[in-house]
Amino acid sequence: MDNLTFITDILLPALLTGLVITVQLIVVSAPFGILAGIGVAIGRTYGGKIPSFLCKAFVIFVKGCPLLLLLFILYFTLPSVGITFSAFEASVIGFVMCNSAYNSEYIRGAIKSVKEGQIIAARSLGMTKYQSIFYIVLPQALRRAIPGLSNEFIYLIKYSSLAFMLTLVELTGAGKLVATKYFTYTETFIFVGAIYLVLVTITTVGAGMIEKKFAIPGSQGH
Amino acid sequence: MSEEYILKVETIHKRYGNTEVLKGVSFDVKKGETLVFIGPSGTGKSTLLRCINQLTVPEQGRVFLRDEEVTNSGARINYFRQKIGMVFQNFCLFDHLTALRNVEIALIKVRGMKPEEAREKALYELRQVGMEEWAEHYPAELSGGQAQRVSIARALAMDPDVILFDEPTSALDPELTREVLEVMKKLAQEGMTMLVVTHEMGFACNVANRILFMENGKIVEEGSPKELLENRDDSRTKKFIGGLGMGED
Amino acid sequence: MDFISILIDWAPYLLTGVFVTLGLTAAGLGIGVLMGLPMAIGQVYSTGNWWLDKIMKSFIAVFVWFFRGLPILVLLFLFYFGIFPALGMGNLAPFFVGAVVLGLRGAAYQSQIFRGAIQSINEGQMTAARSLGMTKLSAIRTIILPQSFRIALPGWSNEYPNILTDSAVCYAIGVAELLTRSSQIVSQTYEASIYFVCAGVFIVLNYAGMRGLLALENKIAVPGFSGSRDDNQVFL
Repeated sequence: MDNLTFITDILLPALLTGLVITVQLIVVSAPFGILAGIGVAIGRTYGGKIPSFLCKAFVIFVKGCPLLLLLFILYFTLPSVGITFSAFEASVIGFVMCNSAYNSEYIRGAIKSVKEGQIIAARSLGMTKYQSIFYIVLPQALRRAIPGLSNEFIYLIKYSSLAFMLTLVELTGAGKLVATKYFTYTETFIFVGAIYLVLVTITTVGAGMIEKKFAIPGSQGH
Repeated sequence: MSEEYILKVETIHKRYGNTEVLKGVSFDVKKGETLVFIGPSGTGKSTLLRCINQLTVPEQGRVFLRDEEVTNSGARINYFRQKIGMVFQNFCLFDHLTALRNVEIALIKVRGMKPEEAREKALYELRQVGMEEWAEHYPAELSGGQAQRVSIARALAMDPDVILFDEPTSALDPELTREVLEVMKKLAQEGMTMLVVTHEMGFACNVANRILFMENGKIVEEGSPKELLENRDDSRTKKFIGGLGMGED
Repeated sequence: MDFISILIDWAPYLLTGVFVTLGLTAAGLGIGVLMGLPMAIGQVYSTGNWWLDKIMKSFIAVFVWFFRGLPILVLLFLFYFGIFPALGMGNLAPFFVGAVVLGLRGAAYQSQIFRGAIQSINEGQMTAARSLGMTKLSAIRTIILPQSFRIALPGWSNEYPNILTDSAVCYAIGVAELLTRSSQIVSQTYEASIYFVCAGVFIVLNYAGMRGLLALENKIAVPGFSGSRDDNQVFL
């Protein structure tokens, strides 16, 4: 069969099916990754001794441990203590853990950059500690964290490929299976790569637009 | 305790590390009085204000608002802070909110007002300080004087019993200082109880009911502007003002 | 077989894995610098020849876009199964391919770190150097680069944990590094908690490496120019 038929009849359909899984992985993991990231950042910045310590330990563990290893632990080791996850579940949990750990760093930095006077003013009006965090600090911190968070989102798009190592047939997996069957490694992976590059580029542009949309008027000069 | 007194401050001591910044400060404030604190920088004037609304917690001493104890009040401090307004040297407006939202937000989230009510009240207060037209602007778009006036509106909106002004014009260029002092003067004339820490001697002499001179963490002199400046040649206050090269305005 | 005896039996096997992992990491960092630095210089400075510049800068930009935009797994598959065989080198050791991929990818990331550092150096420095009669190249070598090393070091140090953890993905092409070996042990002994030991080793390697780099940073810091960072800033 000639090249073009291969591409249109076999490769692209397979990759598309894989892409669907990839998108599912990303769409499920990303929101939780941000929410958990906010939680960990708040836990470390405002929590008491124990929450603060736990959050710090979490971040150290996740940052120091390769994501692939984390996925293996979730998928292969936990069953021996009775917790069994499907490949998709284990992947999402691993991605959320990794994404939230790195997100929390960006958000923490952003929280620190909010001027202390903001919180003092909020408290002087009678707001409770959590009201001032939620209504005054977070809205500003999250805006500042957008570049970092979108950077991490791009990483998420890329490391979603590791789900294949847990036998989940997402985009990269679909490509490998087709390539192995038809001995078309180079071509196949160029296509796979191209799709990732498109996803990443779309995200970069989208992130820029989001940043502009949520910018506080007057704050973009510096 | 007399009903006339709205705020009573008793023997406040505050130390930072090994330095005692406030060494037993006491005074009372009547309703409608404007007290101005002056003195060399670093004598604890700002710290004193922050001890009143417990943004800084003193080691010793008590504060009473209308006979209720503010110090050691636990979670009730949030209620007291509604009643004790504060205006900061650096305005501290919420950067991500418009002027209007800045004034509204505490009304909605702290006082639990309905959004429409809060909006009306917020617009009213902005009008009082002359900033109604700028309601939809963000802090970064306002000049220093405008921002400070909005922050006064924000404090006013809570219908406080007393407003604390912590060097409200120190961060402003001289031209912008005037518009803020005008607003403060108007508030004083309308009967708001005010505690003001400032270096603006003209304001102190013309608007204050009482001037309190602080040095080394203590109140060393106290009296009406007339008493301190006109009737006594040897007052510490007079020396300080004379030393600043500023007479009465 | 209990956990401890498994650990003791397999320790040497794992230890070799540690060296392989460190080898991959060193390749990533080493090639990253060797290629990344010239790339950064190429992006910041011009040769004077319009065509040469255009080609060079475009090439570098595409290279960076390609190697940063693709998942490392895809890069490994692409090179190991696709590109190298297509070039007639189908029998390369997986380690070599892994090292090359990590190196090229490292170069892409690190070139941007160096670029930022070089660009942040006051333009006046170059002007002053030229005014003393130095050639552009000489000025870059003696004035700009030494300063940019110090500025780049913190950002570059962050590459260490990244490449270290990325090296584990080389499992996918069969490099016998730490994760692969742990996986072997698990499949033979059914003791899946070995993965925790593996995680522990990675975390220790991470920590030790960052400590070392931090010490290096503080050692070469120039007072008032590049400050030293304390533990807390670096680790978290």
